[in-house]
Amino acid sequence: MSATGIGASVKRKEDIRFITGKGHYLDDINRPGQAYAYFLRSPHAHATIDRIDTAEARKSPGVVAIFAGDDIAADKVGGLICGWMIHSKDGSPMKAGAHPALAQGKVRYVGDHVAVVIADTYARARDAAEKIEVSYSELPAVIDLARAAAPAQAQLHDAAPNNTIFNWHIGDKAATDAAFASAAHVTKLDLVNNRLIPNAMEPRSAIGDYDAGTDTLTLYTTSQNPHVARLVLSAFVGLAPEHKFRVIAPDVGGGFGSKIFIYAEETVCAWASKKIDRPVKWTAERTESFLSDAHGRDHVTHAELALDAQGKITGLRAHTIANLGAYMSTFSSFVPTYAYAPLLSGQYDIPNIYCEVDAVYTNTAPVDAYRGAGRPEAAFLVERIVEIAARETGRDPAELRRINFVKAFPHQTPVLMAYDTGDFGGALDKALELADYKGASRRKAESAAKGKLRGIGISAYIEACGVAPSQAVGMLGGGVGLWESAEVRVNPIGTVEVLTGCHSHGQGNETTYAQLVSSRLGIPIENVSVVHGDTDKVQFGMGTYGSRSGAVGMSALSKALDKVEAKAKKVAGHVLEASEGDIEFKEGKFTVKGTDKSIDFGSVALNAYTAHKFNGQELEPGLKEGAFWDPTNFTFPAGVHICELEIDPETGVVTIDRWTAVDDFGKLINPMIVEGQVHGGIAQGVGQALLEGARYNEDGQLVTASYMDYCMPRADNLPSFKVETIETPCPSNPLGLKGCGEAGAIAAPPAVINAITDALGHEDVAMPATPQVVWRAAQKTATKRAAE
Amino acid sequence: MMQLGAARAAPANPQFGDFAMYAFEYHRPNTLSGALADLEKADAKALAGGMTLIPTMKQRLANPSIIIDLKSVPELSGLSREGDNLVIGAMTRHAEVARSPVVQAAIPALAALARGIGDPHVRNRGTIGGSLANDDPAADYPAAVLALGATVVSSKRRIPADDFFKGLFETALESGELITQVSFPIPAKAAYMKFANPASRYALVGVFVAKTAGGVRVAVTGAGENGVFRASALEAALNANFSASALDGVSIPANGLNSDIHADADYRAHLIGVMARRAVAAAA
Repeated sequence: MSATGIGASVKRKEDIRFITGKGHYLDDINRPGQAYAYFLRSPHAHATIDRIDTAEARKSPGVVAIFAGDDIAADKVGGLICGWMIHSKDGSPMKAGAHPALAQGKVRYVGDHVAVVIADTYARARDAAEKIEVSYSELPAVIDLARAAAPAQAQLHDAAPNNTIFNWHIGDKAATDAAFASAAHVTKLDLVNNRLIPNAMEPRSAIGDYDAGTDTLTLYTTSQNPHVARLVLSAFVGLAPEHKFRVIAPDVGGGFGSKIFIYAEETVCAWASKKIDRPVKWTAERTESFLSDAHGRDHVTHAELALDAQGKITGLRAHTIANLGAYMSTFSSFVPTYAYAPLLSGQYDIPNIYCEVDAVYTNTAPVDAYRGAGRPEAAFLVERIVEIAARETGRDPAELRRINFVKAFPHQTPVLMAYDTGDFGGALDKALELADYKGASRRKAESAAKGKLRGIGISAYIEACGVAPSQAVGMLGGGVGLWESAEVRVNPIGTVEVLTGCHSHGQGNETTYAQLVSSRLGIPIENVSVVHGDTDKVQFGMGTYGSRSGAVGMSALSKALDKVEAKAKKVAGHVLEASEGDIEFKEGKFTVKGTDKSIDFGSVALNAYTAHKFNGQELEPGLKEGAFWDPTNFTFPAGVHICELEIDPETGVVTIDRWTAVDDFGKLINPMIVEGQVHGGIAQGVGQALLEGARYNEDGQLVTASYMDYCMPRADNLPSFKVETIETPCPSNPLGLKGCGEAGAIAAPPAVINAITDALGHEDVAMPATPQVVWRAAQKTATKRAAE
Repeated sequence: MMQLGAARAAPANPQFGDFAMYAFEYHRPNTLSGALADLEKADAKALAGGMTLIPTMKQRLANPSIIIDLKSVPELSGLSREGDNLVIGAMTRHAEVARSPVVQAAIPALAALARGIGDPHVRNRGTIGGSLANDDPAADYPAAVLALGATVVSSKRRIPADDFFKGLFETALESGELITQVSFPIPAKAAYMKFANPASRYALVGVFVAKTAGGVRVAVTGAGENGVFRASALEAALNANFSASALDGVSIPANGLNSDIHADADYRAHLIGVMARRAVAAAA
């Protein structure tokens, strides 16, 4: 391993510019002559728009234009789409209502886009917006997802009777019911997977910039996948044809999924720029982020687990209601279906699984993928119910897991997934050892002596990353292929530009991709640039989400590097006057087998471009290769996290004392970056478990619309983490990578809740387990104990 | 689009700066009389640390025509021990109170309270006078002022703490009246215990306990529907026996306490007891 190659903890190349304020985030970009957009948003959760009077507002100083839903409809601008078709169990396609970029006749959540004011400054746009008079007729709001489909509720979309988008299912119901009928023990669990707000550090932002001279449209946007944005805005929304449409996603300050989707604001900025022939810029204020970024999670689930007398799990069944909010966001239908239920087998050999999912509309912000996207919901269900089953049947939770682990690979689950490799028992052993699981009872006694309740909780999660084999995606209803592209451009002096369709917005790809190139071509990482986020530079790509920029993006890069190496060998053969087959390439040097003749990579690059040493008709000049990589399977990162915490029973305050993580991400490119991803993921998972929860009141007002009420995790909520890995290389990609970006957020919530319930003597607690929630549960425990 | 020349060049970043708020005049008087004269003007608003006012203006929830910045008014500064009292000028920043050896020696509980307000930015901008005049129901200082039986000195009069706080964001201050100083009698013992709201870190419940010449006083912030209040049941128990165990079994009625998404009234009532016991145990 070289100091900067694969496996080295190289410091991130991009961090210097980020930490010295030299990054180029979207709001740092200003286009000559730009105007500013302010979005007038609905104050009501559900109302018809009877009239919009903009006469006074148009007289306001600096106003360039004001547009509302009718204007965008008159221009035949299409609505926003959901790119994944789900069919209900009766075979009918999902029932999606229209999703116009500006509301047409009706608003469906607080924050919905009613009109846009464009002015020469942002403040003047905002001043003018206050002068717009909108007459609303309020309608009853549908907020509670559990009751959204009930009779006599208000209806959000005519296309979706009973506010129901689909009733989907997966698995064999009859076989699963039979397993329950013969079970020795059945564990039942009702749970809520709390609704979260992503809170990327950089708010969403966009500049639409139309060039009338060339009739081309440029959209600068905070996107995790600029090519997907261009595809959707071109092919479905119809803003401009792809060859006349450039989308640029510069440095992006965090996405966590929320910047995958195509939003109303960027659509309107791009459209309006052409309309007024000036660039139009918008940057969200933080309140707008709370109101209108796609939220995450929000499930209500009933689950049951069947076990035989030996503790072997024989079946799992679940019924989930998933809240998709007021409109179907870009991948909203995928998250509670194929990103969720196929993971319900967890790390376990469960012969029978059946899951039903009802997706509903409510008068809340759209819900879509958020770090983990479906997999945290699955892991929370599986790891909570397995833990409870162990306690109910008097088994050690670690041992119940162990006897049910999948031990032979490949393993086909009853819910689509074919696990390729893993060592679940090995990860558990290592985690138990590192966490001093055996010493937990002693530490519990020590805490009890201080009046504190100590608990320990295990989470043995599995997830599916590396999305995804395109044929499988198509069969499951996806509207895109989920391959990735890479292009390697070798310059004449041997420096390299890598063009990738994956976007880097915190992942460190500018470093890890350079490490791979450095390893393969034997050149320093300083000589490698990674280019991404611009549809005019990178031909096409599917973007970064689902921990795919390593497993899929770097596989494409590896394939392109194979081609570069093959071509370079041909060039080297000509230069060294040897046959191509005798050329060996190692550590940046081409040598002729059995001789001392050699040439370095840079010289070969130069020869490829001078083309003096070979016949240009037989071998093309230049050294530039591209590749598309389509995965053959998902990847399956898995691991064991153990949380140990102390509860102050007087106040309900939870203090996490120890955190042990043993993850199997396959091969690692940069262990330091991997560890950072695990840290961040755990922090977000602890946030979900203890702190974060989006709350709407019954009128549909978002009560948690600022940091005064929405509680983000902070450093003092977290302990120092003990993070280790084991390694079973992924067999389905050339580098053996599985992906690490979401694991912490998937693993953490059940670990925390299992630890709390362990401390409390098994009393269930809901997430977020705030001090009040925990205190109340502790009161119940105390009452029960007193009664015993 | 292609742009020629600078005629249409946008300013560097007109999104921020003077544009977020409604327009207003800015005055910075150098004397108390100047400040008071300015305050007589229509829709004038005094600015101390601005920790509440500025965000409120940025959200366009306040629209004063004139802002009177008090930072250059000499009569509002200073911090000293005067006999059995600690006198703190209204424009004294929380950070100054926190690190002041005078405060630490006289009323260590007050220095500790100031050290726990907000974050470093807030502590270096926010002022004691601003906090009291705003009377946020979850602010920390009102608990200290009420429990210590302090006197709020204004440009017009001396107002006893028991008469100063009038409800949510309401005080005895009249229009055109400015707090100039706060005078704290030095107690025998005192401590403040705050249970912070996990999100905002304001007091979900804050209890200030003081053993004063006039008896034990206990003030509770963050919990009451009408802002800071004295907990008479706790005071009675502690006057009989100033120890944490004296509060065992003393229950606080949930009636009149706040319920919100973070804590309901029952939980707040419970926390008042817990924080009070911890404050008594910590009192120094």
